[in-house]
Amino acid sequence: MKKNFEYIYDKIVRNKLTLLSGLLLCPALSFGQGSTKNWMLNPGVLGTLALIVLVLLVLVLIVYYRVSEFISGSRHKEEAARKLEFSESLVGLNQAEIDAILERRRAALGYRLSGQELGSEVAAEDKRGVIAGVTHEPRNPLVDEKKRTRLDLETPDALKQIVIWYLGAAVFWLVFGTAVGQYVGMKFVWPEMDSVRWLSFGRLRPVHTNTVFWGWASLAMIGLGYLVVARTSNTLIHSYKWAWIGWMLINLSVLSGNVSLMAGLNNGGGEYREYTWPVMLLFASALILTFRNFYKTVAQRKVSEIYVSNWYLLGGLLWTITLVTIGYLPVFQDGLGETVIQGYYMHQGVGMWFMTFTLGLIYYYLPSSLNKPIYSYSLGVLAFWTQMLFYTLIGTHHFVFSPLPWWLQTVAIVFSVGMFIPVVAGTTNFLMTMRGSWSDISKSYVLPFFLVGVIFYFTGSSQGSLQAFRFTNFVWHFTDFNVAHSHMTMYGIITFILWACVYAVLPKLTGREPRQFFVGVHFWMAFIGLFAYMISLMAGGTLRGLSWMNGGPFIESVILMQPYWVWRAIGGSLMFLSHLVFAYNFMVMVRRPEISYQPGAPAPGGLEAGSKA
Amino acid sequence: MINFHKDHKSLVNTSLTVFAGLSVLVAVIPAYQMQETQPLPAMQPMTEAQTRGLDLYISEGCVACHTQQVRNIEMDKVWGGRPSVPSDYYYSKKRMDVWRQSPSLLGSERTGPDLTNVGKRQAGQEWHLLHLYNPRIVVKESVMPAYPWLFSEKSEKQLSEKDVVVPVPAAFLKPGAKKIVASREALALVEYLVSLKQADIGGEPANGFIPSVKKPAAEGSGTAGLPDGAALYSNTCAACHQADGKGLPGAFPPLAGSAIVNDADPGQLIRIILQGYDARPEYGVMAPFADVLGDEEIAAIATHERSSWGNQAPAVTAEEVKKIREYILTLKP
Repeated sequence: MKKNFEYIYDKIVRNKLTLLSGLLLCPALSFGQGSTKNWMLNPGVLGTLALIVLVLLVLVLIVYYRVSEFISGSRHKEEAARKLEFSESLVGLNQAEIDAILERRRAALGYRLSGQELGSEVAAEDKRGVIAGVTHEPRNPLVDEKKRTRLDLETPDALKQIVIWYLGAAVFWLVFGTAVGQYVGMKFVWPEMDSVRWLSFGRLRPVHTNTVFWGWASLAMIGLGYLVVARTSNTLIHSYKWAWIGWMLINLSVLSGNVSLMAGLNNGGGEYREYTWPVMLLFASALILTFRNFYKTVAQRKVSEIYVSNWYLLGGLLWTITLVTIGYLPVFQDGLGETVIQGYYMHQGVGMWFMTFTLGLIYYYLPSSLNKPIYSYSLGVLAFWTQMLFYTLIGTHHFVFSPLPWWLQTVAIVFSVGMFIPVVAGTTNFLMTMRGSWSDISKSYVLPFFLVGVIFYFTGSSQGSLQAFRFTNFVWHFTDFNVAHSHMTMYGIITFILWACVYAVLPKLTGREPRQFFVGVHFWMAFIGLFAYMISLMAGGTLRGLSWMNGGPFIESVILMQPYWVWRAIGGSLMFLSHLVFAYNFMVMVRRPEISYQPGAPAPGGLEAGSKA
Repeated sequence: MINFHKDHKSLVNTSLTVFAGLSVLVAVIPAYQMQETQPLPAMQPMTEAQTRGLDLYISEGCVACHTQQVRNIEMDKVWGGRPSVPSDYYYSKKRMDVWRQSPSLLGSERTGPDLTNVGKRQAGQEWHLLHLYNPRIVVKESVMPAYPWLFSEKSEKQLSEKDVVVPVPAAFLKPGAKKIVASREALALVEYLVSLKQADIGGEPANGFIPSVKKPAAEGSGTAGLPDGAALYSNTCAACHQADGKGLPGAFPPLAGSAIVNDADPGQLIRIILQGYDARPEYGVMAPFADVLGDEEIAAIATHERSSWGNQAPAVTAEEVKKIREYILTLKP
């Protein structure tokens, strides 16, 4: 067994050298398929490696900006000390000195041009009082000031409450769902942590995935979406009551769904389709209600154009309602019919719901947090239609080489490549919007969160397309590489973007900023944790696939995974801890403000807000 | 001309219609087509116990780690004699009840072995029961959860005739524990697992395996021309006889030092591998491997067994296996 492992290991080391020389000497080599010998030269594998390097580069970029901010921060401190010294010297002036200064000022204000100012030998001095309104803030102070503008007075309390309560429930499910995920991940290292039937691996795994899907991401998305439809339509939400009913239905479905999963009642084990139909009916009803609400709000908009965010939000809701209906209709789900639907459903669940809706959120929250318009409206529209066309057709790439029809598999692979169009369009759009605002990275963590999310949007989606190739599928399918990919996307893209939106908008709504230090702790722990998680499972998954291809005994591939499972658990722990920090930051942002207004002044906007619900 | 930018109705209608249309094309119609299969002639409908076993298989979430699909690529050859075809799922993938749809048996993760053919590889009930009670009894490195709640403890006196007692080694029992008895649920699950066998499709399958790897030439210890016996042993035999060849007392006999294995004439050893073995009441039943392993593979395994763990007996050739296989065929009525 050991010999075989060393054999694989040797091969990888040797191939790294081959890879280098191959890249330098002969690009044609990289198409050598059909043997494990050159597996590293396969375009799919090369592409994935390049994408991981890209993420690393972004990490370096963020670190660079934060460090340079830290350095200039200490310089600011010296400057502040000097200013203080100066102010103190002003206070220490005696009357005669002050009089002299004022006298000079009077003379300066009374100065008239003599007509001989240019070309004189006199030292430069502003005796004329020309320079006024001096500020010591070097970077575009007007924009920064506007960015801090609070929305709490112009946002109706009812809407504010809806956003806060949707986000609050989402935060709860995030902490719960990832606690379960972390527990389940640890079971790979210690399979006998407990012997409780309700906590066994097979039952808890879907609890983790469904909770973070339908609990965390969905609730956070809808909550943030309510603010987007109202603000971009310049009107009020059609019905606050529907929003509250939707909130209750979703929470009820996640709660009852999880209890039934732990009790051993699931829909048949298809991923993300584990909740039985009555549970999913609650969820679908909430989606229908939310769609109606969004649609009516957009319909009564006070502006003539429908902002592109709303395209994505309405599209995402509508498509997901269709998707859940098709996913749960019983008439075409016997035999491999179920498998076709499973591929369609699990892929579209991610693509048409989480990805589409989250893109809609970026189109509003990214430009608004940078206080500039989106780079290209048309690119957003192009990405919308191509997302719908291509994403819909690629579900079967989860079943390459399976007994499903070969043509269906080929369609899925071809259109997976087509996904580059919406992905590149979206990424370009977001990066070009950020261009010129890179200094914002050092000012707050909103842009870093967005940047990581957008970069993962590019790398995660492209990597997924590469993974659909038949060769890469060969190595990676059925291994933990899939788990790495789904965390790269659901966590790297969706969750990071949602965090960016929350940190961008909640302080504006409530007027309470979280401590930057704790936001930083959240960011770095989540990012580093995700990286450890991803890289360990990708490396382990690749080795495992190679071991299978070489015909090694199966148990050997379990043994070789063990160190990678340990690293996954470590990465997962960091991610989970970061969620606790996030929950704390959330509490700080929504805590009711202490009542400290002046008597006679109007009451602050959020005063009676806390009493509702 | 429709203006999507200003007309929310046409925007919403268009995106719904196109999406629903594509979904019908790419999901609903293929799904309908895939439903129209017939079972293979060799397949049997599931028994009531097997159905209960499948039920448990789903409700415990076994599909999270175990696939049941042999893909048409060479690396999947170890899991079945031919690539899976839609008919294979005719009986197992039916709507379970009002609440639950057809089970997602194909799976998407192979954290544990594929189970398409587990009934052929692992035909013994004892092995499965031990493995379910605690997988690490039989596979030291396994990360599969234990399912102790599928078993009950009974004292010697409480045992009735019908009880199936599982020979759990003392190391895996709580001190002072009594006899471990398999529940009805556990027996049904095992019955389901043992029933998982690829049905004979008759003749060569139309779609064979796509070759992936040129086998690493003469790796490992195999005698010239034979496949790697150590790897085959690890895949096929070690689950019962263990990697160290010592077996499990009370369940599976040791091969290290065994008289049959070390016999200068390998005939008896080859017959046991081909036909299975149930001559010793103190051990579990061994399944026949004639349909699972080829002559060269059996020769490689036998050679490995005869030259490992202190065993010293001459190598076995594929010709010897072939001769005995032909001889056995003449015995069959």
